[in-house]
Amino acid sequence: MRMPGSGLAKGLAVTLRTMGRRSVTAHYPDALPELPPRSRGVIALIEENCTSCMLCARECPAWCIYIDSHKDVVPATTEGGKDKTRNVLDRFAIDFSICMYCSICIEVCPFDALHWSPEFEYAELDIRELTHEKDRLREWMWTVPAPAALDVHAEPAKEIGTAEKAAERTRAAELSDPQAAIAAPEPDKSAGEGRG
Amino acid sequence: MPEVVAVLLRVVVVLAAFLVVPLLVGQVEHKAMAHMQSRVGPMYAGMFHGWAQLVADGVKFVQKEDVVPAAADRTVFKLAPAVALLPYLVALLVVPLGPGLVGQDLDVGLFFVLAVMGAGVIGTLMGGWSSANKYSLLGGIRVAAQLMAYELPFVLAAASVAMAAGTLSLTGIVEAWHPWWLLWQGIALVVFFVSGLAELQRPPFDMPVADAEIVFGPYTEYGGLRFALFILAEYAGIVVLSALTTVLFLGGWHGPFSDSIGWLWTLVKTFAVAFMVIWVRVAYPRMREDQLQRVAWQGLVPLALLQLAVTAVGVVMTA
Repeated sequence: MRMPGSGLAKGLAVTLRTMGRRSVTAHYPDALPELPPRSRGVIALIEENCTSCMLCARECPAWCIYIDSHKDVVPATTEGGKDKTRNVLDRFAIDFSICMYCSICIEVCPFDALHWSPEFEYAELDIRELTHEKDRLREWMWTVPAPAALDVHAEPAKEIGTAEKAAERTRAAELSDPQAAIAAPEPDKSAGEGRG
Repeated sequence: MPEVVAVLLRVVVVLAAFLVVPLLVGQVEHKAMAHMQSRVGPMYAGMFHGWAQLVADGVKFVQKEDVVPAAADRTVFKLAPAVALLPYLVALLVVPLGPGLVGQDLDVGLFFVLAVMGAGVIGTLMGGWSSANKYSLLGGIRVAAQLMAYELPFVLAAASVAMAAGTLSLTGIVEAWHPWWLLWQGIALVVFFVSGLAELQRPPFDMPVADAEIVFGPYTEYGGLRFALFILAEYAGIVVLSALTTVLFLGGWHGPFSDSIGWLWTLVKTFAVAFMVIWVRVAYPRMREDQLQRVAWQGLVPLALLQLAVTAVGVVMTA
């Protein structure tokens, strides 16, 4: 049989024990939070990687990415050659008042021009200020952490595997025919398809 | 002339204690409750762990507009906070701190304190009635019901200790106190403390201000300084209840080296009881109105009567 009042005593014991423990309060403005890796704070842009392909803007479920670009003509380098065109990014802006941090733009970017930065202190007094233009997005790039290290027995990153294979092939070609090796075709076009 | 000065000094000291100690208890409540709930409580006011939080709150309350509802009974409404607060000040006057260290030693001290503490509840009742608000009225009625239910075990428990000591003087009771009274008057101690909590409407007996159902009970229409006075009355009530529990049941200034630091023992015990009040608030959920009445009539009153019988037997045996 339970002692009458044991529940009351237990209630007191629980609160007293909790008082002896450390509080779980996050002292945010005084101490910055320890964010997990890959926190979605703000989207950073490497402008140099962007080809204005518009994939991110089109995939964005919230339509919060604005891209303006124009085509620049690169004159032919050889006599009688054809002039080339190149996309020049005029405007790249993300409206963080609409963005829902779904990360689709970052997943979809074929050239790794977009990255997550863990920074989150960019509140504004005016909602229009939440549209970050490309220079501001470029600035966020400095806060992007290095990619997390792979697990011990994980497969190496795709890029590294490809580069290693190409180097091996070049070395093999050099060994068999030092002359042909110089004229060997660019390795990375076919090499990437070899790995699934 | 020196007599007047002495009286003035006593009054000033009691007034200062009345203004400072409740704030201290309130601050302890802020911090202790926070830590009991894994929080840290106020951290900024006063630059060090929020020690000035209640001062800041007071300043805020003073700045607020003094609003009286149009339908309210103006005089009663404005008078109520003072009626709620003053009895505790008067009660503090007769509670002894050490041998001879008392605002005013009364022969009927216990009687006086109990009467005055009962009057404190009238202020709340006035506020509830005069606010012209259904929540206030409900809260006020609950206060009245609670007072009716708990005053009886409260007085019976106090009567038991008065009987044991053979005097109504608080100083006399402390002088007659003996450590084995803790056992002999144990039931009375519990009954007195619990019904005291209920008279102060402290959780878990805070049905009159149950904010989930009747907003804030009798205090619903109050704001600014008047509200602050009600809150101060609550904390002053805690101090008076703790001090009374100490003096009646825990032996006041009795303790090691009580000749030199007896007053310190009284203070330490008072704060320990006040901490218990806070602790109980954090640990237990609010009781329903019917549970509240049942605890009083079916639990505390029979217990108090039993204690009276035990005390009577003890007094007769030892006499």
